[in-house]
Amino acid sequence: MSAETAVQEVKKSEPLFSKKNRKLITNPLDIDNPITVQVLGICSALAVTTQMKPAFIMALSLTVVTASSNAAISALRNTIPSRIRIIVQLAIVSLWVTLVSELLKAYVYDVSKQLSVFVGLIITNCIVMGRLEAYAMGNKPWPSFLDGIGNGLGYGMILMIIAFFREILGSGAIFGYKIFEAAGIHYQGNGLMLLPAGACILVGLIIWVQRSINGYREH
Amino acid sequence: MENLINIGIRSIFIDNMIFAYFLGMCSFLAVSKKVKTAFGLGVAVIFVLGITTPINWLIQYKLLTPGSLAFLGEDFANVDLGFLQFIVFIAVIAAMVQLTEMAVERFSPALYGALGIFLPLIAVNCAILGGALFMVNRSYTLPEATVYGIGSGIGWLLAIVALAGVREKMSYSNVPAPLRGLGITFILVGLMSLGFLSFLGFAL
Repeated sequence: MSAETAVQEVKKSEPLFSKKNRKLITNPLDIDNPITVQVLGICSALAVTTQMKPAFIMALSLTVVTASSNAAISALRNTIPSRIRIIVQLAIVSLWVTLVSELLKAYVYDVSKQLSVFVGLIITNCIVMGRLEAYAMGNKPWPSFLDGIGNGLGYGMILMIIAFFREILGSGAIFGYKIFEAAGIHYQGNGLMLLPAGACILVGLIIWVQRSINGYREH
Repeated sequence: MENLINIGIRSIFIDNMIFAYFLGMCSFLAVSKKVKTAFGLGVAVIFVLGITTPINWLIQYKLLTPGSLAFLGEDFANVDLGFLQFIVFIAVIAAMVQLTEMAVERFSPALYGALGIFLPLIAVNCAILGGALFMVNRSYTLPEATVYGIGSGIGWLLAIVALAGVREKMSYSNVPAPLRGLGITFILVGLMSLGFLSFLGFAL
């Protein structure tokens, strides 16, 4: 949570993808990852990852919602009274989520059925609220937008890793394609991976690996 | 009556908000370092869930469902306000959380100080909105929805107090450095979730 404490001022003349702005996208992928470092948005990360397809749609929806509500709140940030900011933020986020949910229902109805309440729960996804509070309230729209994209991608990356392991170990498939069956190998799916418990243990292991690599420590 | 008891027991043990659906994980992980604070937050969650679920039920079936506005006259009989569901639900929840916050501040300043930022954050606790959405998904009646709300809250309280108890003891053990903190907590939650699976054997 240290990266955003320094309020970044982006000058008018600065190019759209300056080094600082690129950092906004790359940091959340690793040292400032929303799931494994900031501990935000855990609920959906565990719940929608039994298969890769819904996980992918979920990651995409969250990226869209985070980026657009970050931009919207950032544009309004000087006019929102701080006492009621949570309600204002929730209202704007739920507006975007409603839009996304209607779009999903229209174009990918089966996935939207599979995700069931979890699309609605993007509203209370801590990543969205966390980034609004920590970043969008103090920064200009464009960097906030990038910050939203970055955090959405960081979330999506972890989501896809979890979903990959859960789907391949749990049902021997990738994106619904039975990979072991196609190779002529009999594979007995590991039921533990399809259970919530398997997901939790998997996330623990991913955090272990990531922190061994980047040296992040907690006391 | 039997049905209500079933729903209550189911929502506490079998369909536990945390161990079966992972709802409310953020505050679950963040506030579970001490049993006392964990218990306080758990009670607040029971309170908010127990109140918002029936209120949201009334809103869903008296205002939002297609045809429910028929009492306003012929013209309104076909109005479908379903798309407003998320916004209305979250507004009710945010308002109730604000009320709870004021009540806690008034009656238990110590708890208020201990909960700090996590009290307003109950508004964005997925368990609360999740409870409301599941209640609509499973088409519960009003008494069922109330029991479900309170039951889920109790389940959440059980889970967070249990985890906090384990974590208090964990501080004496030697965990590999990169795994310390969040990593080991996740593995713990996974194992506890396996334990809760044994409740699936109950035939209700």
